Amino acid sequence: MAIPARRRVADIAAFAFATAATVFGLVWLAWILWTTLVQGAAALTPSLFSQMTPPPGASGGLVNAFYGSAVMILLGVIIGTPIGVAAGTYLAEHGRYTRLAAIVSFVNDILLSAPSIVIGLFVYELVVRNAGHFSGYAGALALAMILLPIVVRTTEESLRLIPDQMREAGFALGLPRWRVTRQILYKAALSAILTGILLGVARIAGETAPLLFTALNNQSWSASLNGPLANVPVVIFQYAMSPYNEWHTLAWAGAFVLTAFVLVLNILVRLLARKGKEQ
Amino acid sequence: MRKSGVGADRTFQWITAGAAWLVLLLLGGVAVSMAWGGRLAFETFGWQFVTGRNWDVVAGKFGAFVPIYGTLVTSAIALIIAVPVSIGIALFLTDIAPRWSRGPIAIAIELLAAIPSIIYGMWGLFIFAPFMAAHVEPWLNAHVANKALIGPLFSGPPIGIGMLTAGIVLGIMVIPFIASVAREVFSAVPAPLKESAVALGSTRWEILSRVTLPYTRSAVIGAIFLGLGRALGETMAVTFVLGNAHDLSLSLLMPSNSIAAAIANEFTEADTELYRSSLIALGFLLFAVTFVVLTIAKLLLLRMNRQLGRTH
Repeated sequence: MAIPARRRVADIAAFAFATAATVFGLVWLAWILWTTLVQGAAALTPSLFSQMTPPPGASGGLVNAFYGSAVMILLGVIIGTPIGVAAGTYLAEHGRYTRLAAIVSFVNDILLSAPSIVIGLFVYELVVRNAGHFSGYAGALALAMILLPIVVRTTEESLRLIPDQMREAGFALGLPRWRVTRQILYKAALSAILTGILLGVARIAGETAPLLFTALNNQSWSASLNGPLANVPVVIFQYAMSPYNEWHTLAWAGAFVLTAFVLVLNILVRLLARKGKEQ
Repeated sequence: MRKSGVGADRTFQWITAGAAWLVLLLLGGVAVSMAWGGRLAFETFGWQFVTGRNWDVVAGKFGAFVPIYGTLVTSAIALIIAVPVSIGIALFLTDIAPRWSRGPIAIAIELLAAIPSIIYGMWGLFIFAPFMAAHVEPWLNAHVANKALIGPLFSGPPIGIGMLTAGIVLGIMVIPFIASVAREVFSAVPAPLKESAVALGSTRWEILSRVTLPYTRSAVIGAIFLGLGRALGETMAVTFVLGNAHDLSLSLLMPSNSIAAAIANEFTEADTELYRSSLIALGFLLFAVTFVVLTIAKLLLLRMNRQLGRTH
């Protein structure tokens, strides 16, 4: 029995649409990456890593912005990771089946997608307004708040994947629960938790909105976290929005380095995850 | 030894529970501090803050209708583009693509979500907006602007910067979020269901429209709400291509504003208490709306998980 023509046409149309949709999605990825590569490669110079952000019309580099970003990301990870791992441990282990864990798990998913600019406003109200000035510490705190739910989620998921026999084996040896968690479960989940932290770093490296009112920016070199601190995303934002060509070029160079960093981290994470699965 | 073990156990449990409470407090803290920071604006303007069209910095009058309207319109454009495309991608990856290519294509689509939004913004400002101005918008002006009903939406100066461009960029940005959830649930549809449809003589389109989509409906709607939550709160990409204009216009080609873009552009320049409070009040509205949208998304996704027999 042949399928009527109308149904066959609908089928072919759906087939063609699905293929076209995928091509559509991939074209944007290729276009954006290609633009960043071409414009960024043309803007790459050795002075990028040796000179400060310049005033309009002069040449310069982004070394203060790279430094500020690196320090704030590092501090954000140092603040966010222990809290995230502990909260994830509660959700998967100590608080399993409790109402608190169910609520926190739910809230955590909302925080994962919450607008990052609101986090920036929150840290402004909490820290910057009370301190009276913008600071690298405030920026790092905002980044930590964005990293936190990512670490909570991956910790919870990776601990849940560990079979209960492992826990029971630990208890059978007479280990107290916290040592079972620390010495057996964390070891088994280590690569998954590290993956989560790397994913979080890739996410906060490009975050601009939460830094606008916390770390702000700093035209000159400053190693102090207790004042406005230059950072790559805000420099890209200010320079790209400016009318000066030299600044546009620097913004593209920063965009290139940032995109390369984020993509390499993402691909690294996938390789790690695959290796973890094979084990 | 046993005794110290019990004490340490209790300490460890308190630490982890404390961290969990902190996550909860963080969300509550954001809500309370936004409401507190915005109270001056809410007290001063009342409902006028939401319905007023006049955002006059000099006169100190703040009505946020234009950024609210801009946020809703750009997010709507984003969903109109992203929903069919994402479902198409999910269908392609579960049923059509050669098996070897599914992993790499899925990763490539996910990378769209990894690109920082500021990169979308720069690309939008320097590459995509000029492209829209040179090729797409003149065509819209010539061929669509004279149609009844939808015409006024597409007539206006072809400058590239505006709600249509911002909506398209947002659409690209939310595709990976909707597509990855849709792909996951499409491939979780029990094979016997699809096989029975095949046995009854269904075509692939009929399997999608009559078996897969009805079966995964709540998750797909959940994914769409997730995408909506992302689109509403997206800041940097929109700030670059929306034009930061406080004028209300029916035309999608005109510059406009969004809640997030207004905060990003103006907050560091806010020099009066009322101005700053108005921007924080905008942040409160944004947070409240995305909270509701994301809660709906999460509830729908949970329902799907229960249907598939998963506990989490």
